[in-house]
Amino acid sequence: MATVLPPPSKRQKTAAAAKAREPVTAPTPPPEASVRVQFRDSDTNASQGPVVSVSLADLRPNNLSLLLNSLLGRTDPSERLPYRFLNPLGDGEFSQEKVIQAYLDGVATTELQLDIPCRAEAVFKVKAVTRCSASISGHGEAILATAFSLATSSRLATGSGDKTARIWDCETGTPVHTLKGHTGWVLAVAWSPDDGILATGSMDNTVRLWDPVKGTPLGGALKGHTKWITSISWEPYHLREPGRPRLASASKDYTIRVWDAVSQHTDMALTGHKGNVSCVKWGGAGLIYSASHDRTVKIWDSKSGTLVQTLNAHAHWVNHLALSTDFVLRTGFYDYKGKSTVPETTEGKRKKAKERYDAATAGAGGIERLVTASDDCTMYLWEPSRSTKPLQRMVGHQKQVNHVTFSPDGALIASAGFDNHIKLWSASDGKFLSTLRGHVAPVYQCAFSPDCRLLVSASKDTTLKAWDVRTGTLKENLPGHEDEVFAVDWAPDGERVGSGGQDKAVKIWRN
Amino acid sequence: MPQNEYIERFTKQHGKRLDHEERTRKKLAREAHNASSKSQNLRGLRAKLYQQKRHKEKIQMKKAIKQQEEKNVKGAEDTGPSTTPKPAYLLDRGKETNAKALSSAIKNKRAEKAAKFSVPLPKVRGISEEEMFKVVKTGKKTAKKSWKRMITKPTFVGPDFTRRPVKYERFIRPMGLRYKKANVTHPELGVTVQLPIISVKKNPQNPMYTQLGVLTKGTIIEVNVSELGLVTAGGKVVWGRWAQVTNNPEHDGCLNAVLLV
Repeated sequence: MATVLPPPSKRQKTAAAAKAREPVTAPTPPPEASVRVQFRDSDTNASQGPVVSVSLADLRPNNLSLLLNSLLGRTDPSERLPYRFLNPLGDGEFSQEKVIQAYLDGVATTELQLDIPCRAEAVFKVKAVTRCSASISGHGEAILATAFSLATSSRLATGSGDKTARIWDCETGTPVHTLKGHTGWVLAVAWSPDDGILATGSMDNTVRLWDPVKGTPLGGALKGHTKWITSISWEPYHLREPGRPRLASASKDYTIRVWDAVSQHTDMALTGHKGNVSCVKWGGAGLIYSASHDRTVKIWDSKSGTLVQTLNAHAHWVNHLALSTDFVLRTGFYDYKGKSTVPETTEGKRKKAKERYDAATAGAGGIERLVTASDDCTMYLWEPSRSTKPLQRMVGHQKQVNHVTFSPDGALIASAGFDNHIKLWSASDGKFLSTLRGHVAPVYQCAFSPDCRLLVSASKDTTLKAWDVRTGTLKENLPGHEDEVFAVDWAPDGERVGSGGQDKAVKIWRN
Repeated sequence: MPQNEYIERFTKQHGKRLDHEERTRKKLAREAHNASSKSQNLRGLRAKLYQQKRHKEKIQMKKAIKQQEEKNVKGAEDTGPSTTPKPAYLLDRGKETNAKALSSAIKNKRAEKAAKFSVPLPKVRGISEEEMFKVVKTGKKTAKKSWKRMITKPTFVGPDFTRRPVKYERFIRPMGLRYKKANVTHPELGVTVQLPIISVKKNPQNPMYTQLGVLTKGTIIEVNVSELGLVTAGGKVVWGRWAQVTNNPEHDGCLNAVLLV
């Protein structure tokens, strides 16, 4: 005899009865109407393709993406670009329900044309890092700076408190070269945009140049500063005179020095700041931007070394600054495909670097934007070539803002503050978008993935966290460091994330 | 709810008098006048006692002012010869807090994995039940059966403890011998911080004493270290950490403990 199931309990019976009483309604079908759609670029507001008539039932993002691609003549599947559509009737993402609801409510009518803002996204997709693929010990002291090589994510350079910089092979998780020579902590590392020279700045007031392939020093120390080096920036590839790469170094001694990397002499010394120069960036239009603890941001001409502008707005130290073109200037002629698409001749390389720079600034009308982060808990967005007045004051952080970065496509700004939060801002107008909460201690640095869809942040609370930028949610929590994390970098090809901190181990993260 | 907090309970239920702020402000404003008139007009023993009290108050005040001034000093220290390497963006930001030093030291110690199960005080003097408990002989029946005990040692009683009805209460933990905070020392750094106790984890004398929350020398307690800002490897804030009592609180009138790292 088979086991008889127990009779349903009273609760189950009442629930079933209630369900049976409920009238079954089919989901309301979308109205039959069709609407005339015009796609517009969300940055420039330029129309994309002709006006087309689409029925409301078909207004789904993937359909729209296909339609827009075919309107722009990209019929071959391999040529299609992924598009992101924004809500035409308000803020946020495009959604079919919202649009249909607007028509049902009478907010919109089918007699007017619907302008859908769209933005082309990166054709490649970076996967979120999820695991630590290598934890490499070797440094004898805390790691203070990291930077990935531009050509390949298999080379990572780190600067440490043990007075050396090291180059690591991330494929195998082994050290390649130890760059000895400094007599103080190595505070800054930077790869030149053609990947041929590594520059390190140190507590011992000097900058040194290294051959990253052989691991040998290129000449001696670049002496001139009288206090330690805080930041290094290379001249963008398309501006460089052939065979004469230059770099700018900012120092605690209130000056910025521009060095000729070949002759190893100071080209210019840019004096004028009245406080520690915290950050220097070499812009793509031949200008050098510097942020200082004297509350000003100064802009210098890289040819003559004269002061072009002084931007006064901050009320306290300026800690960091970022350019909308940072990513393309850093990577120069290397795109996401790495070494395979590098032009052979110098002229070709320059041309490609220039093209990439022009493409990056096209959205903002051909000019660079600048964002500065300060101890007064605010940030300012500037368009220095248009005006000395800030475009927008960005408030919201509760404590000092330590780090700020533009997304590689120049559409977003992420700021990391000592109030444990990261905030995302729209780069076109400086509007606040979202707050990424999750860290329990000050966030020191953050880095965008090259496709702009992800962000990784390093914090004092010993973790890294990977965030989904579009939704503003935590994608991956990456514990593993045993002490605070000082430096993080996402490789330009998107494969790996490298981090280092107080616990002396370099960690390589990947998906 | 502890039974002595009836005023707090009342204010929670009914709020304060509508003119409460005004009254406290006025009282505060009058205080100086009162103090002045008292010190001028009191005579004899009263004047003596009053001056004594005032003297003590002034010492406390001066201490508080001094502390505040120390806190306000801007960190203009030279960071050049600092021993621990820091990135450029942290170099001018003043010195590390005690909490951070604690945190790193604990982590370094953990990495060594040494002495995992050893505690600073491995042996304790045994305490008999006669010493620990006093027999309560009040009332006719209680005296006859003498089943009621009063604990003669300091105890920790959790904040949510409510006394049972007197008729059923077998152990009495005197209010005067209760502790809420401990002076916790970090063994390697010699930093001492006063921290709230969370619970009594183990009294080596007797499991029953653990349950009763008796604090004797060698007792393991859990203290709230959240204000030190320690974090775990997973990036969460550490809340509780264990410590061992190092003094005889019944003799000293304070509770000293050493952090177990």
